[in-house]
Amino acid sequence: MENAKLNSKGLKKRRKERIDRGIKVRSNDIFAVCSWREMLYLSCPRLIPTVGILLLPLVLGVYWQKVYLSVAVFALLAISWDILAQTGMISLGQALFFGMGAYLSGIANHYWGISPFFTLPFATLFGGLICTLVLLPVLRLRGIYFSMVTLIIPLMLVRVIEATRIFGGTEGISGMAALPSKWLELYLISAALLGALFGFRRLMDSDYGLVLKGIRDNDRSVINAGINIYQFKAQALFFASSVGAFAGAFMTHVYMFVGMPVFALDYSILPIAAAVVGGPGTLAGATLGAFILVPLSEILRGIGGLRIVFYGLFLVIFIVALPEGIFHYIQRKYHHFERWVEMDR
Amino acid sequence: MNATPLLIVTDLSKHFGGVKAVNRVSFELKEGELLGFIGPNGSGKTTIVNLITGFVKPSAGNVVYRGQEVTALAPHKRVLLGMSRTFQMVKPFYQLPAFKNMIIPLYSSRVKNMVGGKYGDRDAMALDLLEEVGFERDARVAYKVASVLPQGYLKRLELAKAIALQPDLLILDELFSGLSLAEVASIVPIIEKLRLEGKTIIMIEHRLRELFRIADRVIVLNYGKKIADGNPVDVMESDAVKKAYLGSE
Repeated sequence: MENAKLNSKGLKKRRKERIDRGIKVRSNDIFAVCSWREMLYLSCPRLIPTVGILLLPLVLGVYWQKVYLSVAVFALLAISWDILAQTGMISLGQALFFGMGAYLSGIANHYWGISPFFTLPFATLFGGLICTLVLLPVLRLRGIYFSMVTLIIPLMLVRVIEATRIFGGTEGISGMAALPSKWLELYLISAALLGALFGFRRLMDSDYGLVLKGIRDNDRSVINAGINIYQFKAQALFFASSVGAFAGAFMTHVYMFVGMPVFALDYSILPIAAAVVGGPGTLAGATLGAFILVPLSEILRGIGGLRIVFYGLFLVIFIVALPEGIFHYIQRKYHHFERWVEMDR
Repeated sequence: MNATPLLIVTDLSKHFGGVKAVNRVSFELKEGELLGFIGPNGSGKTTIVNLITGFVKPSAGNVVYRGQEVTALAPHKRVLLGMSRTFQMVKPFYQLPAFKNMIIPLYSSRVKNMVGGKYGDRDAMALDLLEEVGFERDARVAYKVASVLPQGYLKRLELAKAIALQPDLLILDELFSGLSLAEVASIVPIIEKLRLEGKTIIMIEHRLRELFRIADRVIVLNYGKKIADGNPVDVMESDAVKKAYLGSE
């Protein structure tokens, strides 16, 4: 082009042009049902992860089946973090939800002899409720102040258990009932993960979810729409903490043990890393992140001492190379094609 | 028209430390009236809006809306009673498309009770409202993300969000600031139409020429005090106002 803009090296300046793929445009309306290609284009992003998650337990060995359980648990925690993040609450304390669920189901099973089939829903519901009540007074805090409080509360609870020696103190409670079969374990957590992923994705895309996202963008504007933001924030908190509490309760019955480590920082930090690597704001990204980071950590176990160094290195590489998150990158490539065009002004 | 005033403000004051941002301001507002607030920068106009809508708590005085004491009521509850405002610094949801911005006010219980609206209906309602304030439907501006919209459209979006709440009292905080003459000229008819629908409107403005064309009554503030109140022509003739604006003796 004659009047193309030149940069300092005298080369023509270029920008990346991003255009919706034809198939994306065609699939937007009723014509989508006219051909298999369009229907597959729409359904593949849902079908592949669903079928993948359902088939995975069948093809894995015993050891990797255990890893899969922990992948799914961290994916749930990452989803829980992402629900809060989308409502504008950056939590550093997913361990609170996880630990609360773990201890509640442990107590219900050990002291009251309730079967896991009832402790799981009990811990999910009441874990979510208790965490919401605990954090209710800090919902007015914004940004880093909210984060700080969520970081401190699980660390505080550990000290409470240690000092008062309640619920087994530092020893924890062991000898919990396990779920009756390995397959039930694997498919229960798979179902929970798929349910949480697609259920909450749908919720966040609804008008209700828009209000939550509005609170993140501009809470005063939501107040000015005649909406009680604290009510909505509390509801989002309840969803997120219930998901986290379920994950904790589930792990109690897998390990047949609950103790102070359930409030450890790992359960707060790894979900955030998973959501950031996978791409926050979509829930699917958070799940994808957990499916990358947890197995990666297992593979690196062979290296021994330098494991954390390599793990950290991978994290840095992911974040520097793809700051938007892996899921957003894949989504973009799926929906658009890109080309370089010269800038003419 | 109703005999009792829609809004009664009595001795409203707000002190920020030693600064008296609003100092014992009282006024009444009849239903269907268009009241303008004018005054130099820092004279307390926006603070009065914040006090009436509940975003800031007053140091003294009270606000009565439709015979109901609302001084201590939370801001979102005042919106549900029928007060709705725009912000001087526009507050859109930048990450959402313009029409999705509209869903949030449309989701409030006031709109649900008055107009209804199920999931999916709100999109259509949002597009209709945006068209009313000048988002041309053919140009597909309404589908653009708010962060890429120019100031003129953001102001219109702000207005549309306030109108969406079906307010009885609409408070427009410097709606015209930052807009070109042409843009202002295209928004004035929208406000005139709202008046014909019987809405009571408070406008805070620096653009006096445009304001005086549509206002029934003007209140002039200076250093937080009300220095004049009356119809636009009389107010501009008063000595206190000339002094405040021109600084002449």
